[in-house]
Amino acid sequence: MSLEWMAWTWPTAVFFTGIALMLLAMTGLELVWPTVERRGFLPIRTTRGDRLFVGLLGSAYIHLGWLAVVDAPLWGASIVALLWMAVVLRWG
Amino acid sequence: MDKTENNRAWLLVIPVLLVVAFSAIIPLMTVVNFSVQDIFGPGERVWVGTEWFEEVLADTRLHDALWRQFLFSGLVLLIEIPLGVMIALAMPREGWSVSLVLVVLALPLLIPWNVIGTIWIIFTRPDIGLMGNTINRLGLGFDHTASPLDAWVTLMLMEVWHWTPLVALLAYAGLKAIPDAYFQAAQIDGASRWAVFRYIQLPKMRGVLTIAILLRFMDSFLIYAEPFVLTGGGPGNATTFLSIYLVKIAVGQFDLGPAAAFSIIYFLIVLLFSWIFYQVLQNVGRGRA
Repeated sequence: MSLEWMAWTWPTAVFFTGIALMLLAMTGLELVWPTVERRGFLPIRTTRGDRLFVGLLGSAYIHLGWLAVVDAPLWGASIVALLWMAVVLRWG
Repeated sequence: MDKTENNRAWLLVIPVLLVVAFSAIIPLMTVVNFSVQDIFGPGERVWVGTEWFEEVLADTRLHDALWRQFLFSGLVLLIEIPLGVMIALAMPREGWSVSLVLVVLALPLLIPWNVIGTIWIIFTRPDIGLMGNTINRLGLGFDHTASPLDAWVTLMLMEVWHWTPLVALLAYAGLKAIPDAYFQAAQIDGASRWAVFRYIQLPKMRGVLTIAILLRFMDSFLIYAEPFVLTGGGPGNATTFLSIYLVKIAVGQFDLGPAAAFSIIYFLIVLLFSWIFYQVLQNVGRGRA
């Protein structure tokens, strides 16, 4: 089956593989170490999956905000997004 | 008692996963792929990185369409949710009139969306339309094809007429599910009509109102067919909402790359607001928000 119609590129393939691996890792973690709802700095009680979702959504907005406002290479946004993900997953 | 775990139940989820993959995930992946390339035709494409995103984010016409969209969705929620709840509260609880009211309320929901636009074009025409002609005879000068305010008034009326019944039906289902014991207890305590609504009916409707608000926000934020038929985005750009502008770029100009970047930003906005609404509505009334 040709996937040419999907117009794949290497960077987007790596991006989606990363997301898929993240979801697989979360499933594995859940089986070994079930999540417990807790309250961190976010104003709601969250599970591990909730925090991953907030982290990913926030990362998307950080990249968009960077493109809209900052006149610098995009990897700067990626560093900020990684920090945001780490903070949300640990203390969110 | 120990719960029996049967992981074979996961197999039953596979058909849903397949349907979602083909209807949502694969198209979304394709849009992401398109958003970083300049597409000339099948097999002819060039990597452009984030160029389309930068172009779209700096597009003032998109900013205008976005604010218009927020205003439209905000008005829709502000009008339709309270109005729907009020209609549900006024609806009969028993007797032959229940079926009649339900059928009458459901009628606008059964009409195809493009037909709704056509109905309202005719209804509001200044020369032959019942509403347009009547208002003009009153000397108020109404023409939704020329005046942006008239176009917005017509659109809002059409939207409220079309979708408030959905909110009313959902709220009515929520009200019907409240056991009589609550109302009897309130009557014994001498609760006022307002207190019954505030402390019994409204909290018990939280679930259905969550669904109503989410559905109405997402639907109104993605609205296309009705305004496209009624005003075509005009007069000028007065009713050019995000989806109408997106279709102009994707189909009118065949700029697939910018349209894909636009679609991803659009998707992220809907995702963020739906999630916020969901969280707020789930936590309100439980002492969590």
